[in-house]
Amino acid sequence: MADIAISTNKLTKRFGDFVATNEITFDVQQGEIFGFLGANGAGKTTAMRMLCGLSVPSSGEATIAGYDIYKQTEEIKKHIGYMSQKFSLYEDLNVIENIRFFGGIYGLSGKEIKEKSNTLINQLGLQHEAKKLVGSLPLGWKQKLAFSVAILHEPKIVFLDEPTGGVDPVTRRQFWDLIYAAADRGITIFVTTHYMDEAEYCNRISMMVDGVIKALDTPRNLKKQFSAASMDEVFFELARGAQRKAD
Amino acid sequence: MRTLKFLLRKEFRQIFRNRALLPMIFIMPILQLLVIPLAADYEVKNINISVVDHDHSTYSRELISKIHSSGYFRLADYSNSFNDAFKQIENNKSDLVLEIPHGFERNLIRENSQQLFIAVNAINGIKASLGGAYLNNIIAGYNADLRVQLTEVQKFSRRPTIHITSSNWFNTLLNYTYFMVPGIMVSLITMVGVYMCALNIVKEKETGTIEQINVTPIKKYHFILGKLIPFWLIGVFIFSVSLFGVARGVYGIVPVGNVGLLYAFLAVFLVAVLGIGLLISTYSETQQQAMSLAFFFMMVFILMSGLFTSVDSMPEWAIVIAKCNPMTYFIEVNRMVILKGSSFADLKNHFLIMGGFAVVFNTWAILNYKKTS
Repeated sequence: MADIAISTNKLTKRFGDFVATNEITFDVQQGEIFGFLGANGAGKTTAMRMLCGLSVPSSGEATIAGYDIYKQTEEIKKHIGYMSQKFSLYEDLNVIENIRFFGGIYGLSGKEIKEKSNTLINQLGLQHEAKKLVGSLPLGWKQKLAFSVAILHEPKIVFLDEPTGGVDPVTRRQFWDLIYAAADRGITIFVTTHYMDEAEYCNRISMMVDGVIKALDTPRNLKKQFSAASMDEVFFELARGAQRKAD
Repeated sequence: MRTLKFLLRKEFRQIFRNRALLPMIFIMPILQLLVIPLAADYEVKNINISVVDHDHSTYSRELISKIHSSGYFRLADYSNSFNDAFKQIENNKSDLVLEIPHGFERNLIRENSQQLFIAVNAINGIKASLGGAYLNNIIAGYNADLRVQLTEVQKFSRRPTIHITSSNWFNTLLNYTYFMVPGIMVSLITMVGVYMCALNIVKEKETGTIEQINVTPIKKYHFILGKLIPFWLIGVFIFSVSLFGVARGVYGIVPVGNVGLLYAFLAVFLVAVLGIGLLISTYSETQQQAMSLAFFFMMVFILMSGLFTSVDSMPEWAIVIAKCNPMTYFIEVNRMVILKGSSFADLKNHFLIMGGFAVVFNTWAILNYKKTS
C-alpha cells in the first residue's frame, strides 16, 4: 500500500443533475507517469480538482499520498504540487520572487529556497531572466517555470492540467524532459493532455469518456486492445462514442 | 508567522509595482481632499434676482440697494412688469422675482404696512428656500430699521421685541470646510479600503493565482491577513497625510481632541471597512462585478452617512439605514474629536458599534471564503 500514490474508489462529482465524473476507480503507483486523457468536457479537470482538494467529491472515496480526500485535505496539500490550465504564477513578480514566495509558503527554509532557486534557474537557463517579471516571459518558459515551481517542495505527487497547451513542439519536448527528471526523483506525475504523442510518453494512461473511465492500461496494451497503430486511433475509437458535447 | 511574512512581502511588492494603482491609492485621495471641501458648500451665494419696481421711490431704491449689498444676491434684471421678470425665471437667468407694488413708500408711511411679492424658482430646492429666507431676512431687517425711524418721529407704540444673540461653538466662524474636511477624509479612506481590498482579491480569482494558493497548505486566515494588513497600513497612512498634511497644513484644522483616540477608532474602522471589501470579493468572480457591487455600496454609504445631509433630519427608515453604515459613525467621531474635543467616554458607543461591524463583516467574509468548492 505504501507505494500507491493515488487511490480512488467510485469517486463521483455531481453539479445538480449533471454528473461530471461518474464513479471513477483507479490506482496510481508512486513514481508513475499517469496520463489522464479524454475529450474536452469529459470530466478530467473536475476529477483532478477533487484529487487536489479544490473541490469536494459528491460521493466515493479517495486517498492521496495515503491521506483521506475528505478529512485530511490540509495534509494532502503539503504533499502535492498543482499546475492548472491557466498560468498561475504571479505575472507582476519576477522569476526569483515567484520562486521565493512559493518556496516560502511551502515552508522551505531560507537556505533551501536559495539553493533551489539557483539550481532551478540554471536548469531552465533563465540566468538573464531571473530579474524579469514573469508576465514578460514567452509562454513556453512560463510553463516550464510553473512546473518547476510546482515541484519545488518535492511533493509526492504533481498534478498537471494540460501543461503544454499552446506550447511549441521543441518546448514541449523540453517540458517532458523535466517531467521525466521529476519522475526519476520519485515524484508521481498525474497529467492531462490532448497531445497523443505525449500520451505515448506515459507509463499508463486512462481514457475518460462522458465522466467514466472507459479504458486504463499502458499505451502499448491499449493499442493492442483496440488494434490501433497509434494512440490517436485509440482516442478516436473511444471518444467517438461520447454523448456529451465538447465545451 | 513565516507564511504571513512571505504573503506580506509579495503583497507589498505587487502594490508598489502597480503603476496604475499607486496614484489611485496615494495621490487621488489627497487631491480630492484639496478640491471637494472648497466646492461642497451649503452656503448659497450668487442668487440671481429680478426686481420689478413699480414704485420708483426712495424707499424702494433703498430696499433694492440693501438686497444688493448683502452679498448673496446678484441683480440679474430690472424689469418693468412681472411678466418680463418671470421670463427671466423661465430662461433660467434668475432665481427670484421681487415685485415692489405701486405706492410702496406711501402706504408704508401712511398705513404703516405694505405687502411685497416674491416669486421663487423652486427647481433647486435649497437655493430657492435659502434665497427666499435670505430675502425675507433682509426685508425684515429693513422693516425694523424703518420702524425705528418712524417710531422716533411718532414717539409712541413701544412694542416689546425679542432680540436673539447667538454664539457659535466649536466652529466659531461657521467655516464650512471645518465641517466637510473631517467627513470627506472618512469617505476617501472608506473608498480606498473597500475598492482596493475587493479588487485585489478578485484579481487573484481572475488570473487563477488564487487556485494555486488554494492547493498550498496556506491557512485561510493567513491568506486573509496577508490581504488585510497591507491595506490597513495604507489606510492609516492616507489618514495621517489627510489629517496632518491637508487638514492641518492646508485648511488649518487642528484637532481639539486626542489624536490617539482618533487613531484608535481608525484602527477598528479600517478592519470593518476591509471586511466589507473582503465580503464583496467573496461574492464576485470578476473585477467588474466587484467594482459594480462596491460602487453600489459606496453610493449608499456616502449619501446616507451624514456627510452632506444630517442623519437626524432623515425619515425614520433612512435613519435605520444610516445606522447600519459604518461611515456614519466615523464621520461623527471624526467631527466630534477634531472640532469638539470629545473624549473616550463620549465615544464608547461608537467604539462598541464599530467593533461589532468589524466582527460581523469579517466573520461573514471568512465563512463565505472557501478554499474548496
